[in-house]
Amino acid sequence: MTLLEVRDLTVTYPNGAAAVRGVDLSLDSGSKLGVAGESGCGKSTLALALLRLLPAGTEVGGEILLDGEDVLKMRWGQVRAVRWAGASIVFQGAMHSLNPVHRVGDQIAEPILLHGGAGAAAARKRTGELLEQVGLPTARARAYPHELSGGQRQRVMIAMALACDPKLVIADEPTTALDVMIQAQILRLIEQLVSEQELGLIMISHDLAVLADTCDRLAVMYAGRVVEEGPARAVYEDALHPYGKALSGAFPRIGDPASRFAPRGLPGDPPDPSDLPSGCTFHPRCPVALDGCEVEDQWLREGAPGRRAACVHVGAAVRSTT
Amino acid sequence: MTTPGPLLSARGLHVTFPGRHGAPEARAVDGVELDIGAGEIVALVGESGCGKTTLARSLLGLVPPTGGSVSFAGKPLAYNSRALKAYRKRAQLVLQDPSGSLNPRHTVYEAVAEGLRIHGYGGDEQAAVAGALARAGLRPPERFFLRYPHELSGGQRQRVVIAGALVLEPELLVADEPVASLDASVRGEILALLLRLRTELGLSALVVTHDLGLAWNIADRVAVMYLGRIVETGTVEQVLTAPRHPYTQALLSVLPEAPGEPVVLTGEPPDPSRIPTGCRFHARCQVLASGEAEEAGVADACRTRDLEVLAGSGEGQVACHWARARVTT
Amino acid sequence: MTTDLVRATPRRLAWQRRRRSAVRFWKQYRTHRAGLVGLAALVLFALVALTAPLTVGSDVTGVTDAPGNPLEAPSTEFPLGTDRFGRDLLGLVVWGSRVSLLVGLLAAVLSVAIGAVVGITAGHFKGAYATVLMRITDWFLVMPTLVLAIALATVMSRSLGTVILAIGVTSWPTTARLVRAQTLAVESRPYIERAKALGGGHWHVMTRHVLPNVMPLVLAQTTLMISSSVLAEATLAFLGLGDPTVISWGGLLQDAREAGAVSAGDWWYLVPPGIAIAVVALTFTLCGRAVESVLNPRLGVAR
Repeated sequence: MTLLEVRDLTVTYPNGAAAVRGVDLSLDSGSKLGVAGESGCGKSTLALALLRLLPAGTEVGGEILLDGEDVLKMRWGQVRAVRWAGASIVFQGAMHSLNPVHRVGDQIAEPILLHGGAGAAAARKRTGELLEQVGLPTARARAYPHELSGGQRQRVMIAMALACDPKLVIADEPTTALDVMIQAQILRLIEQLVSEQELGLIMISHDLAVLADTCDRLAVMYAGRVVEEGPARAVYEDALHPYGKALSGAFPRIGDPASRFAPRGLPGDPPDPSDLPSGCTFHPRCPVALDGCEVEDQWLREGAPGRRAACVHVGAAVRSTT
Repeated sequence: MTTPGPLLSARGLHVTFPGRHGAPEARAVDGVELDIGAGEIVALVGESGCGKTTLARSLLGLVPPTGGSVSFAGKPLAYNSRALKAYRKRAQLVLQDPSGSLNPRHTVYEAVAEGLRIHGYGGDEQAAVAGALARAGLRPPERFFLRYPHELSGGQRQRVVIAGALVLEPELLVADEPVASLDASVRGEILALLLRLRTELGLSALVVTHDLGLAWNIADRVAVMYLGRIVETGTVEQVLTAPRHPYTQALLSVLPEAPGEPVVLTGEPPDPSRIPTGCRFHARCQVLASGEAEEAGVADACRTRDLEVLAGSGEGQVACHWARARVTT
Repeated sequence: MTTDLVRATPRRLAWQRRRRSAVRFWKQYRTHRAGLVGLAALVLFALVALTAPLTVGSDVTGVTDAPGNPLEAPSTEFPLGTDRFGRDLLGLVVWGSRVSLLVGLLAAVLSVAIGAVVGITAGHFKGAYATVLMRITDWFLVMPTLVLAIALATVMSRSLGTVILAIGVTSWPTTARLVRAQTLAVESRPYIERAKALGGGHWHVMTRHVLPNVMPLVLAQTTLMISSSVLAEATLAFLGLGDPTVISWGGLLQDAREAGAVSAGDWWYLVPPGIAIAVVALTFTLCGRAVESVLNPRLGVAR
């Protein structure tokens, strides 16, 4: 059943930056959706918009249906309930998201006390359970954030996100700045929790390889729009959109002779959301741009069964380019 | 290349930090031998806290070693300020975070010219700055002279930092996670720049990273560091396609697209102030845990006998009792 | 703009950059209304002080040929009345502004200079040197500034230089503390490590990286310090520790007190110098606050 349905979401910041420009997503419970993209592509804004965490004065349009109810039309009280019990976020940078002067156990228990209406003893018991679920000894509840390593702090963040049994977990770069080994541990943990608890997971990252490994479906965002969408493996291994191709080529497969002494990237920089290029926003950096791309905007279209991409080369006639 | 022998070489390098509040001292670098030849790119890989950053800094003379020596172009490094200053003209550092490594109050021009001014450059400063910016891929350079770091993108900032290092025409570049904080699409461009500098200028580079893909992309040789010591070294093809040390094997197995079952090591990397006896990796070693080391008859050695320090030169070596037993049998 | 940059020399580039940042500073400053009022008042005071030799002339201070009778109430001839020697008080207040402003300015500059040097070096060279320096700073910080200044002014010869020195060497510790904190923050940034790796020595790091980053703080601190220096000068002069041969606002107040103006109700003798001191101190504080909010890096508008 559909847990989350996003329809034509637009977000414009007060300074005029169009961070999200018409995004459609849908997610079933128990499934995992990866959102890939670089800084400034609107992926973090999207995450914040889902829980209405954007700063005041930001214009949000479209619909965000969580379990059939539009988050954007809810009253504040309902939004507050949704924020913990319906959906929760694991932010990047676990050090900054934890309060340094409180014990981590108290920080995990806080939402339980606030939203669950449980007593102190019940909350403490639940905190212990949560810590065990994320692979930390119950005794670590008495530790302060600075006493934990980066990986342990990220586990605490995940425990906090799970505190009120949400149906949807949004993980925003959950493994950035962590070592490969710790990253692997955290990803395994997230996968395991999702499959055990039938959660819906939206994972946001710039690392296509990680997303392809963890998620079922993948959406690649560029300049506030989804430019490619499809089954994770297929998108990673054979992207339809040139940007998707570039992203999957950025992290080489070890042992692949083609990438030896040949790092692949894209010339140019990600576009400024308050000053987007005309036409297809990707055209200034696109290796296969045509003359028309400068003026003609592109929308997602079917490129292959179950796969969509927003590129002039994608479609019935030009299928051969991939 | 004109100089025979390695450009930079470390012999028995130790860096120890005193423990705070009575804690035992931390042996961040615990006996490292490493050579970097002229025009060679060496990747130093390991998890955070393995001492790779400290090693890089001590190679540049930014952290004085507590034991051993570093020599550059055949001469041991002296630690008086005049000799260090002369050395720092020839070996340059590129840091991870390009936003932090540029002074927000300095323009691009000043940031690049800084090295020239420190070393009292006599020639045409502006031409040198323009040349360095152009070589780092910022063209036309004049357009960037008056920009401030905050007006540039992350990739452009890292190019400015690299230009600031290039302007002194160094022979060695030490890059500490040069692309870790950059966007995925920009990453390839910066790595391509490092490769191009090697072909155009014959620049040697030591790239410190936790990203094995980066090593595959640009390095000739790779050294895997664990808890203050290099545990496996060799050419990139050797080490990354046929790893011999269980630690290297584990690191490669957890990469998303790696074949086979991932070996997720439990726990965090141990503390450099409490290095275990025997093989320093034995407490987390999956080969020892699975009993394979027992079968090979080296389990006791793993727990009790420390391994000697690997030589710094190019040939493939591994500091592991089990891997060696496999070769001999 | 780009075309003429191609031919630009580094010196011209630096100059251009400074002009740009000055323009940017002014744009920001203009948005602070209190700062603008302060600035206008400041310009007015500066004009009055600078043009005093033309408007009132130095003979206004002469005791021998005083134009009026002693302690005359304000009239059309003497808008602010006369003092106990029959001198024109308006002229005296105008003339006194020169000394008050000069002493305030120099003492503030001296104090902030000491504070900046102590703060930067203590922040840059850690270890024993910094510890000793900061203990000395703490000692000065807990000493009552005024008492210390009085003691200094008493033991040294009575001159303007003494007053400046007495104020300057007693009021630097706050600046030193502030500058040191900022220096420590700057020193932990990666660009300091980059500068060291480029071969830059202590002098290079302190002058090229730390100083520009603490400069906004130092500037704001100077403007704020001027107002307290003007007050301190007035206090010392009022206590009779100033240079008796020159006229300053504090000196005028002391004269008034000695002449018994307080008990006799000769308000015109007391009020003008008093108001002048208060207004000048307020003016500099307004400017200082505005400068601080424009330049303070923590408010995120620094450049």
